[in-house]
Amino acid sequence: MFKPTKVQIVWSSGILAAVSLVLKKLIGYEPVTIIMMMAATAIAGAPIFKKALGALRYRIIGIDALVTIAVTGAVIIGEYWEAAAVTFLFILGDYLESRTIEKTRSSIRALMDLAPDSARVRRNGVETRIPPKEVVQGDLVIVKPGEKISVDGSIVEGSAYINQAAITGESIPVSRTKNETVFSGTLDESGYLAIRADRVGDDTTFARILNMVEEAQDKKAKAQKFLEKLSRWYTPTIILLSVVFFFITSDTRLALTLLVISCPGALVISTPVSIVAGIGNGAKHGVLIKGGEIMEKLGNVRAVAFDKTGTLTKGRPGVTRVKSYKTDGNELLRIAAIGESYSEHPLGKAIIAEAKKKLGAVVPPPENPRMIIGQGLAFFWKGKEYYIGSRKLFASEGIDISEHEKYLDSEEEKGQTAVIVGTSEGVYGIISIADTIRENAKMLVSDLRSQGIKNVVMLTGDNRRAAKAVADEVGLDVQYSELLPKDKVRVLKELGEKYGTVAMVGDGVNDAPALASADLGIAIGGAGTDVAMETADVVLMSADIGKLSYVVGLSRATSHNIKQNIVFALIVVVLLLAGVLAKTMNMSLGMLVHEGSVLLVIINAMRLMGYGRSKDRNTAERGI
Amino acid sequence: MTNKIYQLETVSCPSCIAKIESALKKTDGVQKSEVFFNTSRVKVEFDEGRVSSQEIKDRIEKLGYKVLSEK
Repeated sequence: MFKPTKVQIVWSSGILAAVSLVLKKLIGYEPVTIIMMMAATAIAGAPIFKKALGALRYRIIGIDALVTIAVTGAVIIGEYWEAAAVTFLFILGDYLESRTIEKTRSSIRALMDLAPDSARVRRNGVETRIPPKEVVQGDLVIVKPGEKISVDGSIVEGSAYINQAAITGESIPVSRTKNETVFSGTLDESGYLAIRADRVGDDTTFARILNMVEEAQDKKAKAQKFLEKLSRWYTPTIILLSVVFFFITSDTRLALTLLVISCPGALVISTPVSIVAGIGNGAKHGVLIKGGEIMEKLGNVRAVAFDKTGTLTKGRPGVTRVKSYKTDGNELLRIAAIGESYSEHPLGKAIIAEAKKKLGAVVPPPENPRMIIGQGLAFFWKGKEYYIGSRKLFASEGIDISEHEKYLDSEEEKGQTAVIVGTSEGVYGIISIADTIRENAKMLVSDLRSQGIKNVVMLTGDNRRAAKAVADEVGLDVQYSELLPKDKVRVLKELGEKYGTVAMVGDGVNDAPALASADLGIAIGGAGTDVAMETADVVLMSADIGKLSYVVGLSRATSHNIKQNIVFALIVVVLLLAGVLAKTMNMSLGMLVHEGSVLLVIINAMRLMGYGRSKDRNTAERGI
Repeated sequence: MTNKIYQLETVSCPSCIAKIESALKKTDGVQKSEVFFNTSRVKVEFDEGRVSSQEIKDRIEKLGYKVLSEK
């Protein structure tokens, strides 16, 4: 059976209606004009009629049934042009609406398209290509340059640059090598990889993000719940009004026109379209916002509390300063790294990492190394015995460090751990090590301030000195230190009472109670951390904390967009009702205004899809 | 009880929600049905002994909404 597409129906009924309108103007209501109008009505009306019948079978009167009644009525009273115009506008509106709504959902569609469609696994030494669903945990997955990774897992062989845009929204590739984790949906840009599958199919981070984004888009905002109630009440009221007019005033035309405008489409659609577009925009940038209500809250945040370790800082120590006295800085670093290659201490690892970065591989291994527990270590290199460690170590070895006391004190005051390197002849240099601040932390704090969030604080379990050092560097005035997890919850409550809506930002690992108890829990670096993804209201997939200010902006833009839509839709409802009752609006004009308003609401929501684009440019210019 | 989610073609008028939901609820064997307007998805909880997934799909399509996928 020939089944015309929506487009064909719209075009054919549109052309017929247009021709009939011309005929009406030229020759008036001649049989040929009426036939044309009836044909347009029949073509555009058939799908409406069919839907109405389908619904009636379940005793439901939908908008299709109401339009069908209105159009039938129009034909009976001889308003052929009205019938043709109303059906055509309804079907055109329906087509354009689904096309444009589709666009507001395109961000998530684009994400879905990033899903891997095949996987290459090596089983018993044989490589085969299979659908990603058939990969099982523990499989060895082979990925070649240009291919998508189809599982979450750790690299057992090879290294590559990987584009993680599907997860983090960042398209600048990151380097991943043996024993590091990679995610499904990300793209191998440069190297051969063998990956041990840890999570497959629906359990992968990518699949879970998609799932969560969809669920988030379906969570109704407060405004939406209210509007749905309103429309549930509005439609029957208008129908009743129409019946009353029909029987009491026997004004058939007015009664039929009321039916046409009885569904407040723009009003009901005003909130969902904006939320879908807003959440989709977030997902594209690697940010998961769990629903419309969260958007509303996030737009109203008055205070932001940051966790320190792992949130404002990277959570692992790094060398921040090298001060050398008897040799140059790089040489000092080399000596220290040679010694530390014997130790497993985190501070030692920081020194080795810095040496590797600056000098490449550090060889040879130290001679006769010995650990001095709690103080440091000693070793020989090129015939000299070196010491690396704390003041205690140098004191117990009887080496005078009095001339460096002042420098040591000042470094420690800044929250640094000072590691002294020297021989029995004296101090060669001092290496300062501290947990390093995340790159964008400082900029974020000032961005938040410029967005009007004046109350930005830090909560940490760490000691006062370390807390102050980080707070000073990032630019926070207030920090709460030496807090136990339950203290964090209490402080958050106090902040809430004082300022209003409070957001807590953490890495979601050791601050889950605080994230859960705040008005809004925001987790950063959420990809792969289940707890964070489950408990937080907003998840920044990547470790780029700077995105927080973008999310606040996006939420505000979305809330604003919703308000514009609601106000506009309410005005349209009032105008339509007033226009129809005052008899200045006929059936086709009513339908035109109705469909036009729905389209305008959708188009307004579509503007949200572009949010953040100019911001990306700014950060690019700043060289970040 | 089986839970399934059907992805429909874009649902554009909110009155569709009530239509699909109640039509499914009146179907023998369907325990619960919920239409997610924002993403055009229908979540159905049903007894596979009494109604098949195909029948549910047919029912939705008869109402005039194409089912794009199910999971």
